Amino acid sequence: MSETTVHPQAPVRAAEPAPAPGRTVRGGLLRRIAPWSLLLPLPAVPLYLDGSWLIIGILGMATAVGAIGLTLLVGTAGQLSLAHSFFVAVGAYTYAYLAGDPGSSDVGGLGLPSMLAAVAAVAAAGLAGLLFSPVSARLKGLYLGVASLALVFIGEHVLKNASPVTGGYNGRAVPPLDVAGFELSGGSPDLWVLGVQYGGRERLWYLALAVLAVAVVAAGRVARGRPGRALQLMRDNPAAAGSMGVPVHRYKAAVFAYSSVFAGAAGVLTALAFEFIVPQYFTLHLSITYLAMAIIGGLGSVRGAVAGGLFVTALPLLLDRFGGSLGFLAEAGSGGLDAAMLARFVFGALLVLVLIWEPGGLAALGRRLRRSRT
Amino acid sequence: MRILQSLLLGVSLGSIYALLALGFVAIYKGTKVINLAHGSILLAGAYTVAMLSPHVGFPAAAALGTAAAALCAVVVERLVAAVRTADHLVLTIFTIGVDLLLITELTRRIGSRVLTMGDPWGDRRVELLGTVLPQARIAATAAGVLIIAGFFLVFRKTDFGVRMRASADDPRTAALMGIDQRRVARASWAIGGALACVAGVFLAVFPNPGLDHTAGLIALNAIPAVIIGGLDSTEGAVLGGLIVGVTQTLVDGNAASLHFLGEGFGGVAPYVVMLLVLLWRPSGLLGSKEMNRV
Repeated sequence: MSETTVHPQAPVRAAEPAPAPGRTVRGGLLRRIAPWSLLLPLPAVPLYLDGSWLIIGILGMATAVGAIGLTLLVGTAGQLSLAHSFFVAVGAYTYAYLAGDPGSSDVGGLGLPSMLAAVAAVAAAGLAGLLFSPVSARLKGLYLGVASLALVFIGEHVLKNASPVTGGYNGRAVPPLDVAGFELSGGSPDLWVLGVQYGGRERLWYLALAVLAVAVVAAGRVARGRPGRALQLMRDNPAAAGSMGVPVHRYKAAVFAYSSVFAGAAGVLTALAFEFIVPQYFTLHLSITYLAMAIIGGLGSVRGAVAGGLFVTALPLLLDRFGGSLGFLAEAGSGGLDAAMLARFVFGALLVLVLIWEPGGLAALGRRLRRSRT
Repeated sequence: MRILQSLLLGVSLGSIYALLALGFVAIYKGTKVINLAHGSILLAGAYTVAMLSPHVGFPAAAALGTAAAALCAVVVERLVAAVRTADHLVLTIFTIGVDLLLITELTRRIGSRVLTMGDPWGDRRVELLGTVLPQARIAATAAGVLIIAGFFLVFRKTDFGVRMRASADDPRTAALMGIDQRRVARASWAIGGALACVAGVFLAVFPNPGLDHTAGLIALNAIPAVIIGGLDSTEGAVLGGLIVGVTQTLVDGNAASLHFLGEGFGGVAPYVVMLLVLLWRPSGLLGSKEMNRV
């Protein structure tokens, strides 16, 4: 796990003979900008792909936001959490309840402006993480992981039983997000861009992209900055961190709450994408899926978490879509090997293989590729 | 008498959880990894018993299933040893990956069936001190007491037990004294797997309907037991198991008066108790405290 602490490129670059000053600046700038330019086509995607493709990307970006939070907590701070699905649920249900229509018959709602509800939902997830601090601040990594199982099961119980808020087993509808009447995840008012009608999914694509960008920047600043170094020291040697003046308990509580903020944002986005949420989604399996994203991407790597999140979310959806043409997949529920099952086999195998051959995940693979190229 | 009935049922359920918790603790003490694949090892063992018992009879099937679960656990241990990191956090996450593989395959095999164990107890009940208890649960309690007593006896009195305890306390010194750490690891996982299978068989018999593909999740109910007792304490595992079993049975028995807590609160109650214990004693009731003050 030390690859997050050291940047192997740095000393190598320092040892190179210094070329003409003008060239280094431009070369360095180019090299720094080049990877980002690959992202430029992303905003144009909704012009070319239809809704059924976009939803795969939207869900992928939504879960990537959550995976970033988990990679900070597990990778950088070394605190295991199996409760990520609980905080995703807090975000999703808080948004649905606060923005929900108070007049509807079966489930309640407060009818707040939906933008306010979204912000409050993210804050509520963070607050829930903070409320867990008497436990999260005092336990070390592994112990916290199994203790956090409690939140998943208690959360699931509450979701199924607090019917006036959550709709119980049947779930509840999620109202679309709007800013001053312009819906960001719905179809009104009508919007046409270059001959393409922009419905709910086209608009949500941009929202997800924006939230993901904010999440990457916010996580990167923490991971590479002073708090990140303190967290890594705390992970590797708590006694040393304490004697260096790092308030270990407070940092443990803070990073737990910080990661649950990301989970809350992921929850709001997921709820907007699904338009209807049921408690059966927010189970231990979801937590494990998030953990798989963080591992496959490489623990502690923000960019790896994004890649892992996109991959892990998209794989079952793609398998489901192409299941018919693959030939060997059975119908869901027929007892044979169906798409969801194959996806689970692939995740399990990937978790096992990644940890055996490349514990650094996709991030380490990428680093190795870059090094072999230069 | 209803209280006594609930208590006795709770103790019998608790002894099953104690076996599971003891498995977790044995593996943790042997290799410092929390085996989150415990549920699928339980399922693999119990599935073997259910498949074999029509052919070879229940006792032989139970023995073979236990051996299969122990072997399965050893295979998982070899896989864990193949991971190129010494970080116990990563190794624990690794067992989740193994669990995902095993549980998906077993789910595919079991499908929507509910398998019976072919056990000799059936749905017979026994009257005891004015209470009515299922025979299978009495057998579970007896087996639990015997196995736990045997476990402590072996760990206290035999050379093998001394080797295991020495390695748990100080692996490096134990290795220098000539104790093969790989054998210790293998033995602790085999013990954990075997205990999981025994618990799985008793969880699948009466009054429960049988073994279905969700049985692996029950192993997670032993996690509150482990945490309540203390992750590195074998006595704590037994105590925690009993606490969880009695809590769950008492809550389920009084479900009518506890209805305001929602349906099926009995399954969640152990986790609530676990959180309360954690607030009071972060390293469990009998776990060793972490001495790390700066």
